[in-house]
Amino acid sequence: MSEHAEHSSEHAEHPGYGTFIKIWVILVVLTGCLVGVSHLGQTAAVWGLLTLTPLKAGLVFYYFMHLKYEGPLFKVVVLVTLGTLLIFFALLFSDVAFR
Amino acid sequence: MTEHVHRDDLGARLGMWLFLVTEMVLFGGLFIGYSYMRYRYPAEFHHGGGELNATLGIINTLVLLTSSLTVVLAIVAVQRAEKKRAMVFLGTTLGLGLVFLVIKGFEWSAKFHHGLYPNSHHLSTLPPGEQVFYGLYFTMTGLHGVHVIVGLGVLSVMLWWVATDRVRQDRYVHLENSGLYWHLVDVIWIFLLPLFYLAA
Repeated sequence: MSEHAEHSSEHAEHPGYGTFIKIWVILVVLTGCLVGVSHLGQTAAVWGLLTLTPLKAGLVFYYFMHLKYEGPLFKVVVLVTLGTLLIFFALLFSDVAFR
Repeated sequence: MTEHVHRDDLGARLGMWLFLVTEMVLFGGLFIGYSYMRYRYPAEFHHGGGELNATLGIINTLVLLTSSLTVVLAIVAVQRAEKKRAMVFLGTTLGLGLVFLVIKGFEWSAKFHHGLYPNSHHLSTLPPGEQVFYGLYFTMTGLHGVHVIVGLGVLSVMLWWVATDRVRQDRYVHLENSGLYWHLVDVIWIFLLPLFYLAA
């Protein structure tokens, strides 16, 4: 009985259709912006790539992949992975820069 | 008498995330390789990107974004015990995944017709930077395509399980985990679009 009550309270916290449809609209708009800035020259394209793309990926992770609704452990797992990739990226380019 | 069934949905999701993290590192390594090669051959990558069909890349982005939406909506539908709606959403995802692969197929076959395929003679006559560009293009979009095919297989099973009530309102972690995989495939494509199709 108590388990059932726990389930239904958890159920009440689930986001509805609307939340995800809104996120999808934002993702489509951001894709449009990304395509737009890619026509404005190399500098704008690179800045678009470096800002809009991680933003889009972040929205998918946070909402579609439910990271927003998970505990801190899941967020830490993802952040540690991204941090590791960033370290490898930095190591490679520090090597490239001083060749 | 109640049968005790061990269930740990949180653990199941954590396990899926740990697997996804290895996928992120797999593609991450390729992205790091790409960034170094682009730094080394900027003009060739610019030219290579111009040879790709940006329109098809953008259409495929919209197709995958929408298929991600329908997966997450299928989960909402299952949570609300709206079985038929969940099946429609999952069916839409499968359809969009197939559309993605068909578009990808057209795009690749156009490249093949121009003599551009791994280890082709024409490719070996191109400057080294362009060979690297096409090498990365076929490797990364190919590996991504394999993930789309696997994702479609997994989601087909989910559609079957929703239909047979194996996935239902009080038991849907399998669908959540399959959805996670599909979303990661979408995220990878989000990066592939600007890196290849919009590189020119």
